Amino acid sequence: MVMEGILYTARDEAHKKMVEAISRGEDLPIPLENQVIFYAGPTPAPPGKVIGSIGPTTSSRMDSYTPVLLAHGLRGMIGKGNRSRQVVNAIKKFGSVYFIAIGGIAALLGKKVCKCELVAYPELGPEAIYRLEVKDFPLLVGIDYQGNNIYGEDNYAT
Amino acid sequence: MKRSIPYFRIVNVVAELCMQANWQLGEDVIKALRKARKQEDQELAREIIDLILENAIIASTEKVPLCQDTGMALVFLQIGQEVEIEGNLSAAVTEGVKEGYSQGYLRKSVVSDPFIRINTGDNTPPIIYTEMVPGDEFKITVFAKGFGSENSGAVAMLPPAAGEKGMKEFVLQTIRQGGSNACPPLIVGVGVGGTMDKAASISKKALLRPLGDSHPQPHIARLEEELFQEINRLGIGPQGLGGKTTALAVHIETYPTHIAGLPVAVSVNCHAHRYATFNL
Repeated sequence: MVMEGILYTARDEAHKKMVEAISRGEDLPIPLENQVIFYAGPTPAPPGKVIGSIGPTTSSRMDSYTPVLLAHGLRGMIGKGNRSRQVVNAIKKFGSVYFIAIGGIAALLGKKVCKCELVAYPELGPEAIYRLEVKDFPLLVGIDYQGNNIYGEDNYAT
Repeated sequence: MKRSIPYFRIVNVVAELCMQANWQLGEDVIKALRKARKQEDQELAREIIDLILENAIIASTEKVPLCQDTGMALVFLQIGQEVEIEGNLSAAVTEGVKEGYSQGYLRKSVVSDPFIRINTGDNTPPIIYTEMVPGDEFKITVFAKGFGSENSGAVAMLPPAAGEKGMKEFVLQTIRQGGSNACPPLIVGVGVGGTMDKAASISKKALLRPLGDSHPQPHIARLEEELFQEINRLGIGPQGLGGKTTALAVHIETYPTHIAGLPVAVSVNCHAHRYATFNL
């Protein structure tokens, strides 16, 4: 399948900051409700280009932060690799979806980004939160809202 | 008469190699991917390999990185004893990496302390391995080591009795545990012998051999072939989504070791196998 729409990039550090903000009752720097997070840190944009190369990082590193974000309205996530049992249960509970992007085709994926804007945590450099507008972005459904898992039934990341 | 290499020549060569490594996938890897695609009978596996090959064309044509993880810079120096370096060699290599990662719009992925984790902002410091050799050659190899695959590596201090079987079991277990995280199809480097650190070091050297070249010693070449078949029989496949191609190559390097030990190190690389070499 291909996706057209808005994505927010966020990796380990950004997830840590957001979950800490939630626990302190603070506002988040991005809307979570019905949004999709892409576990990615792009290369810098060369002159004349919207973005450099971009691709998924290993999703399981974000597993410990994910159920909280799903509980606060996050609709979808894009990454690569399997998720923990807790994440799969949270996906089913909140009716969200986990998409897979192919790793290592980052030059190609970069071309599917029409717009890229730095929106939060600039001090994190490549780990900052970027708001992306994408078109014809190739994805696979990894885990759907019913818990059907492309990596196999009852198969989880540890 | 010693051959003299100016400081800035080293800076410029290292910078160029950082960019080349990240933009240009090796012909040997492309050839191995095309061969793997022919052997795949699952449609998704073929599609994924097609995307990988298309990505390689885009990256080299438009001079953008093959992967967004432009890695930590591993720099291998082979310096002839007749060669004289003008200036601080380590500083020259470090400046070269800084230049290359800046000029090439490559990602800055290095943190200065493993616990405090503040980005150094310029992808330095590199990790430099220096080997003195006879003669007057000066060869530099930059290997952009991505961490999706690096995180799948492992070392084991096996008892000598574990032998070939124990080594293979450890390698298979390591690859199985990595699953899809290292972005299969993989290139697997195994270092056997030495001490723990020597095994790890030669496992990286194993990754730098052209794909398709087997080890000159018959018993090691046989183990490479056996492991290659066994890893592919795991069926992990491209991106861990199933298929015949889990590994594009398996290389083993060995070193003499202690009578009480059999150290085995596994270094894993993904299909975005990025290194470039230049002889100054």
